Amino acid sequence: MSITVLNPGLLTTVQDQGRIGYQQFGVSVSGVMDPRSAALANILAGNGQEEAVLECTMMGPQLQFDKANVIAITGGDLGPTLDGKAVPGYQAVAVKAGQVLKFTAPKAGCRAFIAFAGGLDIPLTMGSRSTYMKAKIGGFKGRKLEKGDVIGFRAPVETLKRMEDRVLKPEFAPKPVYTLRVVMGPQDDYFTGAGIDTFLSGTYTVTPEFDRMGCRLDGPVIAHKEGGDIISDGIAFGAIQVPSAGTPIIMLGDRQTTGGYTKIATVITADFRILAQLKAGDKVQFVKVPVEYAQGLLLAQRAAQKALSKINA
Amino acid sequence: MADVRFLLTGDTSVCVEFGNEISESINAQIRAFNIALSNSDIPGIVETVPTYRSLMVHYDPEVIRYAPLMDKLKGLLGQLDKITIPPSEVLEIPVLYGGEEMGPDLKFVAEHAGKTEEEVIKIHTSTEYLIYMLGFTPGFTYLGGMDEAIATPRLKTPRVKIPAGSVGIAGSQTGVYPIDSPGGWQLIGRTPVRMYDANRKTPILPQAGQYIKFYAIDQAEFDRIAAQEAAEGYQVKRHPRKEGGK
Repeated sequence: MSITVLNPGLLTTVQDQGRIGYQQFGVSVSGVMDPRSAALANILAGNGQEEAVLECTMMGPQLQFDKANVIAITGGDLGPTLDGKAVPGYQAVAVKAGQVLKFTAPKAGCRAFIAFAGGLDIPLTMGSRSTYMKAKIGGFKGRKLEKGDVIGFRAPVETLKRMEDRVLKPEFAPKPVYTLRVVMGPQDDYFTGAGIDTFLSGTYTVTPEFDRMGCRLDGPVIAHKEGGDIISDGIAFGAIQVPSAGTPIIMLGDRQTTGGYTKIATVITADFRILAQLKAGDKVQFVKVPVEYAQGLLLAQRAAQKALSKINA
Repeated sequence: MADVRFLLTGDTSVCVEFGNEISESINAQIRAFNIALSNSDIPGIVETVPTYRSLMVHYDPEVIRYAPLMDKLKGLLGQLDKITIPPSEVLEIPVLYGGEEMGPDLKFVAEHAGKTEEEVIKIHTSTEYLIYMLGFTPGFTYLGGMDEAIATPRLKTPRVKIPAGSVGIAGSQTGVYPIDSPGGWQLIGRTPVRMYDANRKTPILPQAGQYIKFYAIDQAEFDRIAAQEAAEGYQVKRHPRKEGGK
């Protein structure tokens, strides 16, 4: 016994870095929507970067700790409180048995990640603890958390060494217009030159049709040469599908493994931390970058995470 | 291999496209390349996803960056005709055809085709269907090669729940529902074989590039195999495919 869900919030699921190796069998990757923030939460809480966390969406949960443990919350600011007092994000926090972690209201961004020292007692399904809701596997009974659920800790601790050093600067800051950098392709040649210009110069608005599978945008229509259908091929995290209607859909963690719509570009991995925080009404612009540049950014992020991980060595 | 294109799918994967049509020969090239890649010493490959006409290669840029990976993949393509690829495997899938519970639409499919139910079963069991790819849900196979003589449009109103194992026809496609799901396929029978079981050592039975051959069984055999699946697991019969086999 370790945490009891008093209120599940809007959509709280167990996620790790995803179910790798089964896309060839039609199994979605799932996993956290923002691998970077989840990794940082884990490092702060003394875990390996890949440990499963709770991913909270907009309205976070209310969790009662039946056992003490150290936690860290990263990602968006959903207004976390501990026994009614504000609790800082991006910091290791020692929670005592009996205390209640409650998220009051979203202040910045859309998704927060809670890491628990020692990890959650969730069985591995196909090598991962990620919840894959559509197939009802992984995570807590293959579904989002519900009131009354009790989740165990695997190896809880009352405190960690160097607690005072386990602090980072929050990474997400709200902006009037967000920039998402993209690598063009795989089907950018299915669009007219004007269509590409529209995509790279237009401002798009996030619609309420935004779940763990995809994020539908509204804005200037992107012109295809002949239409938006292709013979199905694979879909990457962050792929920007443009069906014949001409408005984009960004594919996310629970995306299908294959699909038959043209994909104009792919959001770079280094910017998933922004993508995961978008919510209905937010404005987005796309900027293209070379793939080598995108990989350089990702590797710099990973190197920084590795350096931070030394606190747990 | 002149027509092979490398498409950028972001910064951690690349799509190797072998053509722009659905054909057995393109799919055979994808399978060969996938096998060659998994047997190669190219580092940093995370997973591969074969589809109708391409192979998506996911990689870790921390281990291998884009440019050197491209060089290695192109090099591998160049050697592809020198690599021996084993023949595809045929999975033999038992099906109880017809009946109100298992195959409620067999009668309609037969009427639509102007044939008897027995003739539909004979046609459906006489082909080795290529598994072009899996997708949509865990274990869902996109099969090719069904005889147009038994092609039947989807139901006008989809069913709310179709049990796992149901074998159906939709247009000129045929396939098996791996999990309980809603759907509009014409159901002609059911297999007791579990195509998908998340908690099994090999969670998903079929693989892209294999073939499926259905064969008809009776209720007694269905019950026997179902019981075996529920107990220690049933091993489907499989054999290497003969060149040009049907």
